[in-house]
Amino acid sequence: MFTDAANFDVRDYLRKEMMPHFLCPGCGHGIALRALLWALHDLAIDKDKLAVVSGIGCAGRLSAYIDANTFHTTHGRPLAYATGLALARPDLHVVVISGDGDCLAIGGNHLIHACRRNLKITCLMLNNEIYGMTGGQVSPTTSESRLTTTTPLGNNEPNFDACALATAAGAGFVGREVTRHVPKLKELIKAGLEHPGFAFVEVLSDCTEVFGRKNDLGSSPEMIMRQKSEIRPSAYRNTVETPFHSTSLPTGILTQNDRPEYGAAHRRAAAAVVAKGAK
Amino acid sequence: MNVHDKSLSKSTAKLLSGNSACAQGAVAAGCKFFAGYPITPSSEIAEKLVTSLPQAGGVFIQMEDEISAMAAVIGASMGGVKAMTATSGPGFSLKQENIGYAAGAEIPCVIVNVMRGGPSTGMPTRPSQADIMQTRFGSHGDYPMIVLAPSSVREIYEETIRAFDLAEICRTPVIVLYDQVIAQSSETVALAPPSGVRAERKWASGPRADYKPYAAGIDGIPAMPRPGDGYRTHTTGLTHGENGFPTQNPEAVERAMSRLYSKLDLHRELIESWEAIRCEDADVVIVAIGISARAAKRAVEICRAKGVHVGLFRPITLWPFPEAALQQACKGARAVLVPELNIGQLRLEVERLLGRHRVEGLHQYSGEPITPAQIAARATTLASEA
Ligand code: SF4
Repeated sequence: MFTDAANFDVRDYLRKEMMPHFLCPGCGHGIALRALLWALHDLAIDKDKLAVVSGIGCAGRLSAYIDANTFHTTHGRPLAYATGLALARPDLHVVVISGDGDCLAIGGNHLIHACRRNLKITCLMLNNEIYGMTGGQVSPTTSESRLTTTTPLGNNEPNFDACALATAAGAGFVGREVTRHVPKLKELIKAGLEHPGFAFVEVLSDCTEVFGRKNDLGSSPEMIMRQKSEIRPSAYRNTVETPFHSTSLPTGILTQNDRPEYGAAHRRAAAAVVAKGAK
Repeated sequence: MNVHDKSLSKSTAKLLSGNSACAQGAVAAGCKFFAGYPITPSSEIAEKLVTSLPQAGGVFIQMEDEISAMAAVIGASMGGVKAMTATSGPGFSLKQENIGYAAGAEIPCVIVNVMRGGPSTGMPTRPSQADIMQTRFGSHGDYPMIVLAPSSVREIYEETIRAFDLAEICRTPVIVLYDQVIAQSSETVALAPPSGVRAERKWASGPRADYKPYAAGIDGIPAMPRPGDGYRTHTTGLTHGENGFPTQNPEAVERAMSRLYSKLDLHRELIESWEAIRCEDADVVIVAIGISARAAKRAVEICRAKGVHVGLFRPITLWPFPEAALQQACKGARAVLVPELNIGQLRLEVERLLGRHRVEGLHQYSGEPITPAQIAARATTLASEA
């Protein structure tokens, strides 16, 4: 039985009937999923009260494996679905799983407004720099000069620093971690889950099968090792003033503040409307 | 069901716009969540609900765009509350992908579409009836859809309530479709909710182990799991089997799609609603909805006063179209006239259903409503030719 120190058995949180899963061998998304389930376990979050909302893409498929109330929605929109769900059911823990294309390209508008609103939702964005499910097209986080099926001569668009974006848009909690450091990633997700407002957690994950192959980055262990030596560079790191270091994409908790949570503020405002009407 | 005019009680009568009546209907129906985005000519619905919904214990939110408003409504409904959005033409187009999600994943919700001139930005403040086909077929793939088309302020109120009831009973999105004229003009009306208790969703109950979220009984409507009740199911826009998980098994797919597509047929008696005026002896039957039906009603009176035998068939449930009722109403007619504010949409459905009849359209797309005189003149000519 595979149980680690914290008495965490990942199988307690997985839907056994959905195994085997569809991820490619070595895909970083499995590691990210494990870290999320471990964090949920550590916080003893009731599976019946857990709602996982995901979008479309390889990351979007993860919700189906979690033994909870799971909603696999439309491309780019999980944060918008989650906004309705969290407002209608403040008793639920709402977690969103999205990818870099889902969250930053087609769903970018919802991300910035979710950050601005600061409704209690924990958003995991699994960033593997690629549209994996559709076969490896360039995404808003693909590093410059990387090869993809739609950048055959190398990507010449600057890439997004998602955490800088989330911070600028007002998210109450912003953090980043790599799949190489599972306990650290778990702790970061935990901190995000415990944050009373909107929490944005970027997970630097590896698409071994599509991105790795295309860019000759070696096998999955080699890609994981690479995370150690080279935290992905961001085109914006020196050009936009951010609270981050300037040499590489920083990890850990990058932003945390106590801006008022939207749901509670919204309920207070509604109560005021009712009180005014009663006069 | 056939709708007859009810008389107004003077004591409770109020001057009200169609959009206000819609907002009041939503609250009366038990709506607890509204998400919207500003757009002419439907914004007044949101402006009313921002106050009245919290007073009724509900949540109002203005989202960042039309797409997210639709998505938030579905999210709220997945959480277990009655939810609605309201929009108009271009916004309705933007909502289509998620409307398809709600239809496929069978999430009850109400979408109000106040039609305006199109295509594209079109004429935001001018009336149109050019979304008749989009309400039925706007999203990709095959799916069922209920569309209700009220033609007066009071009917907007009643049909909005009925929309919520049907959404919950049939586990499906329901569209309330009306035009800018009745949306923004005011009428003196007395509103009273239709009799009977409001419909509540059929919730999953019983042991979790045996529960399949998309297994339906003879009524074709699966019981829905409420998050928190312990069922922990999966909801997806991917084609799914009875257990809710994606499947590409040909038999499972065909079974799931057949049930989804035909489930409304099992409830047609409940869903269908229409009004037939003086069709029994009519030589010419006019088929119209919304503001065009209002003009047609007057046209019937004009024609009858001159001894021309004209009747009106008005589908209140636009989709699924009340097919048998139309065929019955037109049995003795020698010609059928379809006045509508578009280049020809309702006419296509009428032609499909009345293969042997002479069916003519009276199509106006100038941004001006069709007048009773125009319809009466055309009906009179048709009666003389027929
Ligand atoms: S395509 Fe890439 S991201 Fe998708 S499952 Fe395979 S390795 Fe993972």
